[in-house]
Amino acid sequence: MTQNALMIEMTDVMARFISMAGKRLPDDVLQKLAEMRDEEDQEMAKEIYRSMFENLEKAIELDRPICQDTGVINFFVKVGSNYPYQLQLKKILEDAVKKATLDAPLRPNAVSIFDEENTGDNTGERTPFLHWDIADDSDEVEIHLYMTGGGSSMPGRATTLMPSAGYEGVAEFVYDAMVEKGINACPPLIVGVGIAGSMENAALLSKKAILRPIGSQNQNPKAAEMEKAMEAGINRIGFGPQGISGKTSVMGVHLETAARHPATIATAVSVGCWVHRKGTIRFKKDGSYEILSHKGVSL
Amino acid sequence: MKKILSTPLKRDEMEALKIGDIFYLNGHIVTSRDTAHKHLIQKGNEMPVDLKDGAIFHAGPIVKKNEDGSYQMISVGPTTSMRMEKLAKEFMESTGIRLMVGKGGMGDQTAEACRDNKVVHCMIPGGCAVSIADQVEEIERVEWLELGMPEALWVCRIKEFGPLVVTIDTEGNNLFENNKKLYNQRKAEALADLKNQVSFI
Repeated sequence: MTQNALMIEMTDVMARFISMAGKRLPDDVLQKLAEMRDEEDQEMAKEIYRSMFENLEKAIELDRPICQDTGVINFFVKVGSNYPYQLQLKKILEDAVKKATLDAPLRPNAVSIFDEENTGDNTGERTPFLHWDIADDSDEVEIHLYMTGGGSSMPGRATTLMPSAGYEGVAEFVYDAMVEKGINACPPLIVGVGIAGSMENAALLSKKAILRPIGSQNQNPKAAEMEKAMEAGINRIGFGPQGISGKTSVMGVHLETAARHPATIATAVSVGCWVHRKGTIRFKKDGSYEILSHKGVSL
Repeated sequence: MKKILSTPLKRDEMEALKIGDIFYLNGHIVTSRDTAHKHLIQKGNEMPVDLKDGAIFHAGPIVKKNEDGSYQMISVGPTTSMRMEKLAKEFMESTGIRLMVGKGGMGDQTAEACRDNKVVHCMIPGGCAVSIADQVEEIERVEWLELGMPEALWVCRIKEFGPLVVTIDTEGNNLFENNKKLYNQRKAEALADLKNQVSFI
């Protein structure tokens, strides 16, 4: 395949992948939601889960986005240092977003700052948002996609705590966000918490945290313990599916960390709604690909 | 049996609804969210749709334009109603609506205005946009499309639209605010328990 043909093919695959990710939940999210549905015994909560699963089935049957807010598309790209098409990736992803907006269709969600115009195709200034990591000695590229909805962005917040606040201060900051805004963000939620030296690093880590597989835990045993304790704590608050109360409020709490400055504990929280639309696809340099997030799905 | 109401909504039907009640809606509902609220209240534009005794939906849909120029509802679900908190009172007073449908709850100012104007706020499950789109029989027309697809006023004819859970009733009772008090109390208990588990410093 010529380079040009490979670029066209990859754009097409990415457009179909984006479209698919708006219509089907990834395996880990589906499995967790099914477990949580079975845990609920209150009638209202059970009714909400029934509506949710009925909608998931209809989305596949009618080939439509699960939720009308298909988000602003974020890509977290892990590009191999030897991957030959690094320079082409940005254009491929932008073109794929434009194509998916028409084909899926996705809701146009990119509004220009100050001019306040909806661009209509989900691209615009720094949009789709791209975040790059480099994988040493690899000749592949792994693309993590996330559809960042408005509702689930609303509870997002960051602060810089003083060390005297302790890790309990981190938990309090997160719990406050849950009760004030999380209840309106279509729970059950996946909660990502970033802890670092300064706010912008914490914020990025909090977003990466919600993209971790549901059920995974932080490698540091203390962090893993805090994840479990916070998950139990938020479930105890009991806002439940859609915030109208129930046993299951969160799909999990994920902590991601970077070493902090001695004088600060910067903390950020990001949440994903129950329609947690993320996906991972890996391309080899010959253009062949594997979908890691949705097993058995063909594009 | 399903409780079903129809637009135009009557004042006494609204007064009979209490927080936590569930019902479905027939008739018409018009989408209106952030920019449409601003367009009406702050920019002073005239509302091009008669909303008297009607219902609005805090929602920004995905709509497909058919080749014959008509529109098809692809995916539509509620958006966070709290974003309309600042303008909801004036909106209901200038349009004469009886029902707002959205996601989550709304604040004290809206609850008071609901009491004074005999308006109800309901939530419909979020993220269930294909099911809800299926309850839209037809998009009869669109206004203010220049505000963009999510922000335009989509006039929808609906059948058994729901489930709608009453979150603010005409006495100003507020389901989400009541729940929040309970959640805050449990939050304090959960934090007290957590303290010993995370004293890593």
